[in-house]
Amino acid sequence: MAATVVLQADTVDLGYPRQLPLFESLSLAMKSGDLVCLMGPNGVGKSTLIRTLAQLHPPSKGRILWGFRGTPALVLTDRVSAPHLSVRELVTYGRYPHVDWHLRLRPEDEDIINQSLDQVGISDLSNKKLFEISDGQLQLAMIARALAQQSPLIILDEPTAHLDLNNRVKIMTLLKSLAHERGKAILLASHELDLALQMADVVWLATPHGQVKTGMPEQLVLNGAFDELFPLKGFNLKTGRVEHHPHRNLRIAVHGQSYTHLWTRSALARWGYQLDEDAPLTLLVTEQGGWAINNELFTDLTQLYQYLDQYASSSSPAR
Amino acid sequence: MSLPKKYRLIFVALWFLPVLLLVLHLHTGTTPFSLQHILLNGIREGGIARDIMLYFRLPKAITCVLAGASLGLGGLLMQTLFRNAMAGPDMLGLSAGASLTVSLALITGVQALPGVAGASAGMAASASAGAALVFVVMMAAARKIRDNTALLIVGLMVSAAASSVVGVIQYYGRAADLQAFVVWTMGSVGSTQWNEIIVIAVCLVMAYAVVYRHIKDLNAWLLGDNYAENLGVNLVRSRFWVVAATSLLTGAVTAFCGPIAFVGVAVPHLVRLAFPLSDHKIMVPAVMLGGSALLLMCDLLARLPGETHILPLNAVTSLVGAPVVIWMVVRSKKIRM
Repeated sequence: MAATVVLQADTVDLGYPRQLPLFESLSLAMKSGDLVCLMGPNGVGKSTLIRTLAQLHPPSKGRILWGFRGTPALVLTDRVSAPHLSVRELVTYGRYPHVDWHLRLRPEDEDIINQSLDQVGISDLSNKKLFEISDGQLQLAMIARALAQQSPLIILDEPTAHLDLNNRVKIMTLLKSLAHERGKAILLASHELDLALQMADVVWLATPHGQVKTGMPEQLVLNGAFDELFPLKGFNLKTGRVEHHPHRNLRIAVHGQSYTHLWTRSALARWGYQLDEDAPLTLLVTEQGGWAINNELFTDLTQLYQYLDQYASSSSPAR
Repeated sequence: MSLPKKYRLIFVALWFLPVLLLVLHLHTGTTPFSLQHILLNGIREGGIARDIMLYFRLPKAITCVLAGASLGLGGLLMQTLFRNAMAGPDMLGLSAGASLTVSLALITGVQALPGVAGASAGMAASASAGAALVFVVMMAAARKIRDNTALLIVGLMVSAAASSVVGVIQYYGRAADLQAFVVWTMGSVGSTQWNEIIVIAVCLVMAYAVVYRHIKDLNAWLLGDNYAENLGVNLVRSRFWVVAATSLLTGAVTAFCGPIAFVGVAVPHLVRLAFPLSDHKIMVPAVMLGGSALLLMCDLLARLPGETHILPLNAVTSLVGAPVVIWMVVRSKKIRM
């Protein structure tokens, strides 16, 4: 499908009156079908940027342009404190910009509500009250509400905060399919580095110096933009792993294949052993998923841990 | 969002409840006579029965209906606007403003009429003036302030300031005036004249018209300011109208019945016992009916202790309402709007 510009900001300043601007001469654009992830350290002004792009807050200079009629659909961090609402009623709110002042729902409104519930996969929850559902389900309901608004642009502020991994992946996958299959332009602010890096088409990286760096997530990782912004100690972004300090002073060479090999390396590193291909001490991951070391065979990771623990403390530091 | 099937019967019952209580209310009093008797003979024949009915019982019962509906609606509006379960129609400081001017009037002897305090037209006039004064202040605040919580705080501060002035006035007041003031603060539905009832009714109708036009906005408020604005609600304008409606409702009732406590806070909660709903299309009529029923019932209970003694209305509304709300809050784990 031909991508149309959905959101555009040309040299916009934004911030609050009588304060230094949070961002200066910002130029951003989104096309339909884009999944954009806005990232940045806490307090850098992500929420203000989101609110400004949603035109809930005026920019101090310049204009935000939407390439469509109506308003973008929002999923914010604001708590919805109406527990007597049913999921269906919540989704009905999405139709508010389209219905008259007395809230008469036309048959097509009802259809859209049903479709939205369906797309998000919560049709079976539609009669549940908001206090009866989990945080993850509530977030899905909020997304269904946003869908019912039928806006080409959906803006979400930390939609996966406080959710477990299942729900995080579920929501990110849903957003991705909405962007790629239904041509929605989706902007989400998120702290989920790992998910964002794998799902987003474009990352907007908000810096404390009032800029937003844009690019494909891989580009920003490789050119060091992420490292600059998140000077992560003990986490290697390029490998995506936490760095462990090998305090045991014992070098081990690990051989083998499969997942077990990967996770064994991870366990050894976490326990403080130094992984070294050329080490005299070799640990072999067997095809049955066990571990062979010094002619001993282990089938249980705890036993391996205890054996290595003893071995390391009995051997001299020189090894 | 129409009324779910399982609540339809309850909704019909909610219509009958005030009617039933109204009939019961008209029957209760020191002079016993049946409604049938009054309908068939009283009005036509005239005499004492007619006078009791036309100038005492009927105004009192109608006042209960109108004041109850007004306070219930006012309470609902404030709880929705401030997204706060404990908000009531007196949150805007109108009752406090009325108290201030009434105490001032008593101390300066402006209300010239002696006798039953609440019956004095001077009291009503000064209460109206006080409520109107605070109304103007709050309307100005509602236009200036963007944040609902800030508006709530302004209301509470106006109340606190007015109350402290009332305290000073009481400190220097004479015993007789103090007594009259205390009686006024207890609230009463028994001293309204027909022309005053018409004022309350007109205010209620006007406020209802405003609310009816803003049902969509009220529902949208439930999601909070940002979502409401995103869904097309003009925050400042819609809040202005909601505050205006609440002020009309509270101002009229406080002027003629005194500061009737509790009904406004309790009714939305009691109604939600029957309808655990949020949709204002249903909640608005439901709280009006519920408010009428509650005030009728409280006024009936106020007369129960004896044939001649009447309990102060505010004592009864709180006594009846408080345990019910406590029970409800304890029973339902979540505090809800």
